[in-house]
Amino acid sequence: MEVLGHYNYWIVIFLMMAGLYTVISRGNLVKKIAGLNIFQTSVFIMFISFGYVRGGAAPILEEGVTIYSNPLPHVLILTAIVVGVATTALGLALVVRIREAYGTVEEDEIHVQDEDF
Amino acid sequence: MTAVTIIRLRDLFAVVMLFGLYSLLSAALFVTLAAPDVAFTEAVVGAGISTVLMLATLALTSRHEDEPAHRPWLPLAVVLVTGGFLVYGTFDVPPFGEADNPVHTHVAPRYLEQSGEEIGIPNVVTSVLASYRGYDTLGETAVIFTAGMGVLVLLGGARVRRQRRKED
Amino acid sequence: MQHHQILRVVTKFNLPLIMLFGLYVQFHGDYGPGGGFQAGVIVAAALILYTLVFGLENAVRVAPRGALTACSAAGVLIYGGTGVVNMLLGGDFLDYGTLVPEHPAHGEHYGILAVELGVGLTVASTLTLIFFTLAGRRAAGGGA
Repeated sequence: MEVLGHYNYWIVIFLMMAGLYTVISRGNLVKKIAGLNIFQTSVFIMFISFGYVRGGAAPILEEGVTIYSNPLPHVLILTAIVVGVATTALGLALVVRIREAYGTVEEDEIHVQDEDF
Repeated sequence: MTAVTIIRLRDLFAVVMLFGLYSLLSAALFVTLAAPDVAFTEAVVGAGISTVLMLATLALTSRHEDEPAHRPWLPLAVVLVTGGFLVYGTFDVPPFGEADNPVHTHVAPRYLEQSGEEIGIPNVVTSVLASYRGYDTLGETAVIFTAGMGVLVLLGGARVRRQRRKED
Repeated sequence: MQHHQILRVVTKFNLPLIMLFGLYVQFHGDYGPGGGFQAGVIVAAALILYTLVFGLENAVRVAPRGALTACSAAGVLIYGGTGVVNMLLGGDFLDYGTLVPEHPAHGEHYGILAVELGVGLTVASTLTLIFFTLAGRRAAGGGA
């Protein structure tokens, strides 16, 4: 029975693997960045699940509330979300430059052009 | 399910829209997990900014993805093996949501109890972010700033480049 | 042009509300969910909405690129500057208690307000700048 209680972690692992699969197998660079974002978001879900306390309220101090959810993972994830958007923005800028330099954003065609050099 | 559809679709505009949907769904999930700060940030950043930036990139590149050239057996195998290892790891994870999990017992209770007197603001997440772990937040602000500067370096020289091309 | 009219009117009505909400979230980060990051992203989203409806030239007139760059640098400097001020007042780096020596808790509150302001400023201006840069890039076609 204890094993079945972990099914939400399995869902998170499925999302993680979906993102990883998109990054590895698809050649289109924009889709790779989308896959990377899916991966990041699934990791956030996992962290927040770790921080959840059953019956706990949001970690904002109030009268009459005794059990709070753990605030530490929330802090980490806030930073991680913002760093994630910074990485995405930089990655997208790189994709635009690649498009201008090579004329395509498909990885295979870029490799072909590089080998021609 | 949105994640699987994102993989299979080749119309990139639909991919970006679905990505916005995925982000919004995970923000809703964060709310049910008692994390309103994170839900707020994820909703605005993921469904807002990331989606808009990807749309802007799509406007500058092409809208369709080409047919994948390789058969996806190797990536599928890698993904399944990694997923299998991770699932094996979850068997050791403490039960979901119990109050005496190790993650809840070391530093977090100290923050929750002492934050009221030492800092005096109700939102514990902000007090941890800005005061107890303020140094990390300084680093994060520097990361955002650096990303902005990086984008400017990569894409900002448009006018100069166009002039040089006219002179050629 | 009918639907463009509706979009413009609705946006003109919504934008001040969005900006006000962003300011609210910024300064109420102590009492409810929110704080610097969320507020910065909301303000950036408001500016992006303005760009989408009214065009890039108008948006650049509202928020010139040089001013945005200066704002994002200023935000980081405000954050670091608060830490240095704490050092000058005799404490450690980013030890806000030194700001108001009699009541360290009040000093913490002021310090948190100041750094959240810096964070919000940097986040808003940097994200808007990134969007302007991406949007202002004319599609250069098939490369050089």
